[in-house]
Amino acid sequence: MTGGPVLVLGARSDIGRAVAHGFAARGHPVQLAARDAGSLADDRADIALRHGVAVSLQEFDALDIGTHDAFVEALPELPQVAVCAVGLLGRQDENERDPAAAVRVMRSNFEGPASILAVLANRFEARGSGTLVGISSVAGERGRATNYVYGSAKAGFTAFLSGLRNRLAGRGVHVVTVLPGFVATRMTEGMDLPARLTAQPDEVAGAILRAVECRRDVIYVRPIWRLVMAVIRNIPERVFKRLKI
Amino acid sequence: MRLSGWGRYPVLEARTHAPRSLAALQRLVGSEPSLIARGNGRAYGDSAINPAATVRMEHFDRMLAFDPASGRLVAEAGVLLGDIIAAFLPCGWFPLVTPGTRFVTLGGAIAADVHGKNHHRDGSFRACVDWIEVMGPDGTLRRCSPQQEATLFDHTLGGMGLTGIVLRAAIRLRPVETAWIRQTTLAAPDLEAALAALEAGQGASYSVAWIDCLARGPALGRSLVMLGEHATRAELPRERAAAPFDTPRRRRLSVPLDLPALALNGAGMRAFNALYYRSGARRAGERLVDWEGYFYPLDAILGWNRIYGRRGFAQFQCVLPPDRTEAGLAALLAETAQAGTGSFLAVLKRFGPQESAFSFPMEGWTLALDFPMGAGTLALLDRLDRIALAHGGRFYLAKDSRMSAATLRASDARVEGFRAHRDARGLTARFRSAQAERLAL
Repeated sequence: MTGGPVLVLGARSDIGRAVAHGFAARGHPVQLAARDAGSLADDRADIALRHGVAVSLQEFDALDIGTHDAFVEALPELPQVAVCAVGLLGRQDENERDPAAAVRVMRSNFEGPASILAVLANRFEARGSGTLVGISSVAGERGRATNYVYGSAKAGFTAFLSGLRNRLAGRGVHVVTVLPGFVATRMTEGMDLPARLTAQPDEVAGAILRAVECRRDVIYVRPIWRLVMAVIRNIPERVFKRLKI
Repeated sequence: MRLSGWGRYPVLEARTHAPRSLAALQRLVGSEPSLIARGNGRAYGDSAINPAATVRMEHFDRMLAFDPASGRLVAEAGVLLGDIIAAFLPCGWFPLVTPGTRFVTLGGAIAADVHGKNHHRDGSFRACVDWIEVMGPDGTLRRCSPQQEATLFDHTLGGMGLTGIVLRAAIRLRPVETAWIRQTTLAAPDLEAALAALEAGQGASYSVAWIDCLARGPALGRSLVMLGEHATRAELPRERAAAPFDTPRRRRLSVPLDLPALALNGAGMRAFNALYYRSGARRAGERLVDWEGYFYPLDAILGWNRIYGRRGFAQFQCVLPPDRTEAGLAALLAETAQAGTGSFLAVLKRFGPQESAFSFPMEGWTLALDFPMGAGTLALLDRLDRIALAHGGRFYLAKDSRMSAATLRASDARVEGFRAHRDARGLTARFRSAQAERLAL
């Protein structure tokens, strides 16, 4: 199967890499976007050799919002699918002490991703086709003491994606919201994660491929998360505020 | 985390690291007093475990360059042979040398200097290696080849990761016209017939024999000898020739849990082996087999190591020089059949000549057996060691999980040279595995 080009924003991340391999394996050319994109030359060679597709490297800084228009303008081709895997977990204790650190987490998970998808959304709308995939988080479904700075930014991003989907429905542009749950990546390295709730990056990529093909709107990667989050969302606030989860 | 090799014996608690960049790997090598690299964990014993620091190479898994004129591939050490096949067989390339599983990493294949069914013709894995890049104890990368830094090259191929960390390699692939093998099966009713059939099959590209290691008396050593050639496009039936690299998708089985040790008791195994021999003998002759079925029959059963139960199993693999082979094999097989705990994985193969500093193969015959771990298994393996030693044999470290340092030294005069290489370059304390510790390497 061959298909249109796929832009991966945050291509250095484990999920970004897995997504790039997943689409390339199905014959899509891929555009890898990240800071210091030149250092992804080995990944470019690897994807091209394994899957026989064209791979390009695109310099991209999610936080440098003023450059986003020019970034999209400079792409070799307007992509058919854009996947945003940009994100920063940060450390909650640091975010509580240092407002600058908290702002950086908020900008990396909300402002930057929303800005670049907004630019792409307008181009896709003008063309009348395309799919935007935003990797948000279950952490955005309810703020918790242990990661509410990250969670609040993801909540904003989830709402943004939902609104974008609503706006573009009927305009030929599809928007997918991905809520991966725990994923075994560099971001979570060293954390003690429950195996049943933890997906591998390849699983996330597989779920994204299916969601794009089947035009799904909101996906959890492991189905069990739908249940877990339904429970967490429905705990009354006066109980929830005393829980340690 | 608890680590073991493919044999699931021994199981050791080890601190693991999985660096993602050259700089992170260099920091580890600079800060850990003792460490060993680990690929996909397919060595059977404790070759790739260091309790203090085991460095998983899984993030170094990129293919970097391929030259279609020469078939030369440059790749990082964590790439699996299976990934190379998936990427290049559809374009008409196949590994020049492959072991019996495709789930080994390039780095692991180099460290163990693995061999395949074509050793008698093509030699061990080193035959396809143009150069390697090895990280030394100071964190610098040295490129070495048979021409450049030849000593390091020679000791790293077969050096079990004890000369440094293999980071990248250039290997040559072999051009093939199809994904199919013409396999000829011959039934050999006893050991003498098996040896004669393998010797006669030396002209074949691939040759190997499966031995019924539980057969006794006049049937001792009865075997199915399997010869193979890469099929040309003209040799395929017309419906296959149109798409010579397409093979039927096979169902993957997996062993979801440890089987109780009873599942493989002596009587069951003896019956299985007898049946396997008869059905193989009935189907003797030539047929087309796809690459996966020919080279990697066990890969189709993911996690097959679990059929031996929770206690795991041990492999025994030795090579005997040609003039001592017949007596040595007869003694090894008699001992095995006597013990009655043999396995379905008993393999006999002719090795061609080989020059190397520390690799396993040498001209002669190699026998591989596996045994479920149980009471008496370690003692049986010690007896097999002694028989092999008495017949001039030596042992495959990628399979070993329990041999003694004294046995290794008695079997192989090259040990001292290998140790001297390590000492002279300051490698002995830095690059260590549980196996190296046990064998005083």
